[in-house]
Amino acid sequence: MSETPMPLWEVFIRARTGLAHRHVGSVHAADAEMALQAARDTYTRRGEGLSIWVVPAAAITASDPADKDMLFEPTASKPYRHPTFYTVPEEVGHM
Amino acid sequence: MYTQALNQADPETVATEEPGRLARFQERIDAEERIEPNDWMPAAYRRTLIRQISQHAHSEIVGMLPEGNWITRAPSLRRKAALLAKVQDEGGHGLYLYAAAETLGVTREELVDQLLSGAAKYSSIFNYPTLTWADIGAIGWLVDGAAIMNQIPLCRTSYGPYARAMIRICKEESFHQRQGYEIMLTLCRGTPEQKAMAQDALNRWWWPALMMFGPPDSESQHTAQSMRWKIKRFTNDELRQKFVDATVPQGLHLGLTFPDPDLRFDPETGHWRFGAIDWEEFRRVLAGHGPCNRERLEARRRAHAEGAWVREAALANAAKRRQRAAYAAQRIAAE
Repeated sequence: MSETPMPLWEVFIRARTGLAHRHVGSVHAADAEMALQAARDTYTRRGEGLSIWVVPAAAITASDPADKDMLFEPTASKPYRHPTFYTVPEEVGHM
Repeated sequence: MYTQALNQADPETVATEEPGRLARFQERIDAEERIEPNDWMPAAYRRTLIRQISQHAHSEIVGMLPEGNWITRAPSLRRKAALLAKVQDEGGHGLYLYAAAETLGVTREELVDQLLSGAAKYSSIFNYPTLTWADIGAIGWLVDGAAIMNQIPLCRTSYGPYARAMIRICKEESFHQRQGYEIMLTLCRGTPEQKAMAQDALNRWWWPALMMFGPPDSESQHTAQSMRWKIKRFTNDELRQKFVDATVPQGLHLGLTFPDPDLRFDPETGHWRFGAIDWEEFRRVLAGHGPCNRERLEARRRAHAEGAWVREAALANAAKRRQRAAYAAQRIAAE
């Protein structure tokens, strides 16, 4: 089949006010408006959301899993970034 | 729904991969880590998943046809609304699954093409006709019941996007089985003719539902690799037995009988023992010679062909709008 591929969009939904939009899946659509409609039909048939974002999948830049150690390992050796690293006398109370 | 794809052997052996990477991959699997789209994975793992997930997606899409057959003839508005919602769910499930398969590097167009050309398989169950309204009850109760049995372990499958799609699907699927059982219950409490209709539907769907779990373990050695990779977590026979044990008491509650003279309860093991399955029929249906194989594929091909102009028009309209926006931006820049 020599059909033109339908662009891919990633779908993010805000489940309730106060929550962030969360990735739920993807849809194919010709433009943003149709992607929103397709996302609504595909991912919100049971009141799953109050707001939808659709983003062209091609616009997302992802980190390479092979770089996982280089990117994230250094934080493992920095316990001083956590509150429990520091001692506060008990009589001082909650801090 | 359907793990029948896992019963096919992969043409290439795992041995072609670099052993160190393979071992590390297996360690991740054994540690119950999820594999994500950009992670390294053996080529055979990728192929097995593409085949499995896309066959599952095709099954959802083709599965809309036998039930869609009854939407306009549902006996009440309540039944019609429920059936319409169920068929919409099947469509949605197909789309979640296509999207999960696409994360493995195959395009939607390729997947659809594989279904329409007959290269890809879908669950054998959808090649049986829905002759009466009771069939809608039997499908919900038995076919969706079998699907749930198959799908719940897939929520823990090792490939992340597939597992996440399955969690959504399982949440939505429970209503499908309950509405089917309710239809059966209503018919069984109705007139003798209505009860006979329910019995006839059970008689026709029982064996095909048992076949949905795929060939017996003794004949499907290929599941071993899928179990090692934790794509699949139970064997065909284990799942089939679970389904029979859960379903027989439900059928007896309806006051119906099962079309199996050998069906009996084994008090020692606590299992319902069932008679021999006609695997020749299963192979025939899978090979394309079931009662509705041609009709189902023709319906999908027609729908795809008749929708082609809509897809073309939508793309042309999007291109035109992009062009106009670019032109307007140029003019503003020039002024």
